[in-house]
Amino acid sequence: MEKVKLFATWSSPFVKRIVWALKLKNIEYEIIYEDLANKSPELLKYNPIHKKVPVLVHNEIPICESLVILEYIDETWKDACPLLPKDPLDKANERFWAKFGDELVLPSFFGYIMKQGKDQEEAKEATLTHLKRIEQLLSEKEFLSGESFGFLDLAFGWLAENARPLEVVTGLKLLDENSFPNLCTWKDKFLEIPAIKESWPDQETLILKYQEIKESKGK
Amino acid sequence: MGKSCEIKLLGAAPSHFVNRVQFVLNLKSIEYEFIDENLNCKSELLLTSNPVHKKVPVLIHANKPPILESLIIIEYLDEVYHDIHPILPSDPLERAHNRFWANYIDTKYFALFEELRRTPGQEGKKEVKKQLDEASELLEEVFVKSSNGKAYFGGDDVGYIDVVLGCFLAWIKFVEKLNKFKIFDEVRTPKLLEWTNRIWSHEALKDAICGSEALTNHYAMLQIKKP
Repeated sequence: MEKVKLFATWSSPFVKRIVWALKLKNIEYEIIYEDLANKSPELLKYNPIHKKVPVLVHNEIPICESLVILEYIDETWKDACPLLPKDPLDKANERFWAKFGDELVLPSFFGYIMKQGKDQEEAKEATLTHLKRIEQLLSEKEFLSGESFGFLDLAFGWLAENARPLEVVTGLKLLDENSFPNLCTWKDKFLEIPAIKESWPDQETLILKYQEIKESKGK
Repeated sequence: MGKSCEIKLLGAAPSHFVNRVQFVLNLKSIEYEFIDENLNCKSELLLTSNPVHKKVPVLIHANKPPILESLIIIEYLDEVYHDIHPILPSDPLERAHNRFWANYIDTKYFALFEELRRTPGQEGKKEVKKQLDEASELLEEVFVKSSNGKAYFGGDDVGYIDVVLGCFLAWIKFVEKLNKFKIFDEVRTPKLLEWTNRIWSHEALKDAICGSEALTNHYAMLQIKKP
């Protein structure tokens, strides 16, 4: 009997993509929510280098780094809902854009949400530049991974999931329908995928939770 | 001839990221055309092939869309030329560990070398060296576990981590000489030290490693552009 555990937090975009992958492939797992201000001995044992979530533990062996975990899940449970394409060139392309997303788009997006003044302006400009590239990727495709959703959609899922809740809570809007029509259509389609729609926290819960954080910070 | 004449690699001498791809092409006995880029005056081909980052390496295979990022290129080559000298193991767990450690080397380990370069004064550099020593000892443990008593991280043959760390050796040796200290030594990292000698003289790496003049120039350029 396979034993799968996932060390997580409710808010981490890196965790969520793993939750979606596990759901899509119908893998049973136990989720352990961590308090990052007070990390459990188990998390520190399984991820001594980075001490971060997500960590997937499969039959007592840990795998760390979300994109590494996604590929591991796809290679281990390869029959159900394949995430990466078979063609090496298509795979290389998805890996490139996933890395671009994590290294550039995600930090600048959350930078825009959280920073102030000049830093916020710079983060906004950077995010808009990066988003234009992703918008372009969707000009001839239904999903980032092609005809149907896959690895790259999961990698950018954080954008689909957080755009509206953060807009509602902070008033900051980046995914404007006029500037990013493809991304907006993609976002709605992505959120309708059953495995995505059914995972917790949903859009309304996210709004409440972000609202709580905002109020506790007195902003 | 077949597939082998169809590969173009855009690269530049001091880039160990480029060297990695060359190492893998050599290991897999793949012929390729090397296009030497002047990074101070990038070619039209480079700028159109990699408009996002404008960096090398870029691999162009049979005029198909270019492949970017050294680790992504290596995995691509490993999938297309899977029969000749596999770089990654086939087991998903071992693949995950290889990818994790390559990522660690590329982010945390290299970052320490950058920090060393940018830290002024001996006291500051000493502190960074301490962190580097800890990280190198960690890599010693990784080597011991991965190699399982054999010659390379990949076992009997050069594997993914060997390529990733091995190509950085030219820079490591340069830094050791510049700072008059050792990164790998007989006391803290004995197995890695043996490994460095082994990989440094590997047939497939020898002509992929850049010379000390190119590194000296590169170091001088970094000191000016990113002090």
